[in-house]
Amino acid sequence: MTELPQSTERSLGLVIDLDTCVGCHACVISCKGWNTENYGVPLSDIDAYGGDPHGTFLNRVHAYEVQPRDGGPAQTVHFPKSCLHCEDAPCVTVCPTGASYKRVEDGIVLVNEDACMGCGLCAWACPYGARELDQLAGVMKKCTLCVDRIYNENLPEEDRIPSCVRTCPAGARHFGDLSDPESDVSKLVAERGGMDLMPEQGTRPVNKYLPPRPRDREDTIDILAPFLDPVIEEPTGFLGWLDKALGAVSGANTDKKGAS
Amino acid sequence: MHPAPSVILFSTLSGMGFGLLAWLGIAQPAVFGTTAFGYYFLAYALAVGGLLASTFHLGNAKNAIKAFSQWKTSWLSREAWISVLALIVMGLYASGEIFLNTSYVLLGYLGAALSLTTVFTTSMIYAQLKTVPRWNHPTTTLLFLLYAVSGGALLSGHATLAAVLLLLTGAVQLFSWGMADGRFAARGSTIETATGLGFMGKVRQFEPPHTGTNYLLHEMVYVVGRKHARTLRVLAIVAGSIVPALLIATWRTSLVVLALAAVVHLLGLLAQRWLFFAEAEHVVGLYYDKR
Ligand code: SF4
Ligand code: SF4
Ligand code: SF4
Repeated sequence: MTELPQSTERSLGLVIDLDTCVGCHACVISCKGWNTENYGVPLSDIDAYGGDPHGTFLNRVHAYEVQPRDGGPAQTVHFPKSCLHCEDAPCVTVCPTGASYKRVEDGIVLVNEDACMGCGLCAWACPYGARELDQLAGVMKKCTLCVDRIYNENLPEEDRIPSCVRTCPAGARHFGDLSDPESDVSKLVAERGGMDLMPEQGTRPVNKYLPPRPRDREDTIDILAPFLDPVIEEPTGFLGWLDKALGAVSGANTDKKGAS
Repeated sequence: MHPAPSVILFSTLSGMGFGLLAWLGIAQPAVFGTTAFGYYFLAYALAVGGLLASTFHLGNAKNAIKAFSQWKTSWLSREAWISVLALIVMGLYASGEIFLNTSYVLLGYLGAALSLTTVFTTSMIYAQLKTVPRWNHPTTTLLFLLYAVSGGALLSGHATLAAVLLLLTGAVQLFSWGMADGRFAARGSTIETATGLGFMGKVRQFEPPHTGTNYLLHEMVYVVGRKHARTLRVLAIVAGSIVPALLIATWRTSLVVLALAAVVHLLGLLAQRWLFFAEAEHVVGLYYDKR
């Protein structure tokens, strides 16, 4: 089963817009919620209410700062990352038990938890950190592309998309068939120059990332700016004395509170 | 990569065990009766003990039997098959020597080949991983085989040969460290290729995706302890190769010295294997601006 299919009938996946993502982590939470209540064992948390909480997530949002080489202002980029459902998925072929597989009908990469022995080799083989071994259940967890939503006829039509896509308030996540050049996601990728992550690893990811658009640059500040008064002025004279005195009193009050 | 004790014990002990089995399989030495029992007991204790240790790092060991199913693509599955075959064939060969005072020569050669193939499959589990450039190279396999063959020679009491093999292993180890140190950079994966943002400028992590730790950081972004690398490299060479080679070359017939040399060698081997994991950088670290 861990032989990869020669080709898949469709290539379902996500297109993530790095220009629009605001880094709110809503997709992280909705993913955790949906996948804890549905497919497979729950995504566990360790020491959830203690000093060192950590747990299993299928989707995480990084944040990077990019410093342009010409010295312009740095730009923050929020960067959601989940399984890219690679065409040449190295995580699948290394699996000794046959638990990991890529589906012929839609290209989704899944783990059959009933067969997984928790060796972790697939997580080692994935360049993207898309697989996490659940620390309580001891089986491998990864993004299922919400396979239990997208074909689920018990859900209203508009909910038959991945939970993270449905939740994203900025519309930064798109779902569709990337093997069909006429699909909305394929058009988006063509239009915006969708890219692969770490192409040198040869995994041929299905998921694509849309690069941030160039920011507007304000090269000169308003010519009148130097003539504007500063908004905040340090008070002088009596007001200055009052300010200091009140500061000292409130400081003393805080100290007393601290002592009691 | 996280240097898990169970995996370190597995690969060192079973490597030595299968190395010894390979020597016994080609009748070097040819042993019979109770002597043979002693040798095979040691070899099986190491090989099987190592394999058992490896099951301790499984999250869900009840499915371990399924690991035999995917031999077409998975090196781990192939290792499961070949190791069991090697143990069975060598078991039959050993019974001949122990109980019937007979060497079934062909069976022995087959068993020896399977024993070394087991070590080969183990090495491929690591050497196949493009995600860990330090491992992704034929020298990984060469070293696993050399450690098995030289450790086996030591345990089977081949004084001169073992001394030569141990020194050779040490030399190849030094050479391969030199090669491996620059491999991550040479493969060209950077935080810029990982994020695809290199076209905009220089990328650095602004905020990690989670405040606590996670499985990925624990398992694959093991950065603590690398500062001891130099000391441990010296230990791996001195204890792994030089001291045992000198010991057995000097007192070639003493059983006590042989045992001492084997223990010192194992110590060096443990240091080597710890470094093998601790120094190996996984490309996923790039997403965390770490290596
Ligand atoms: S992103 Fe990782 S887990 Fe997902 S298919 Fe690719 S290699 Fe496998
Ligand atoms: S952890 Fe499970 S899914 Fe991953 S390689 Fe091991 S058996 Fe296969
Ligand atoms: S598709 Fe589903 S499982 Fe995958 S990241 Fe989105 S919510 Fe999580």
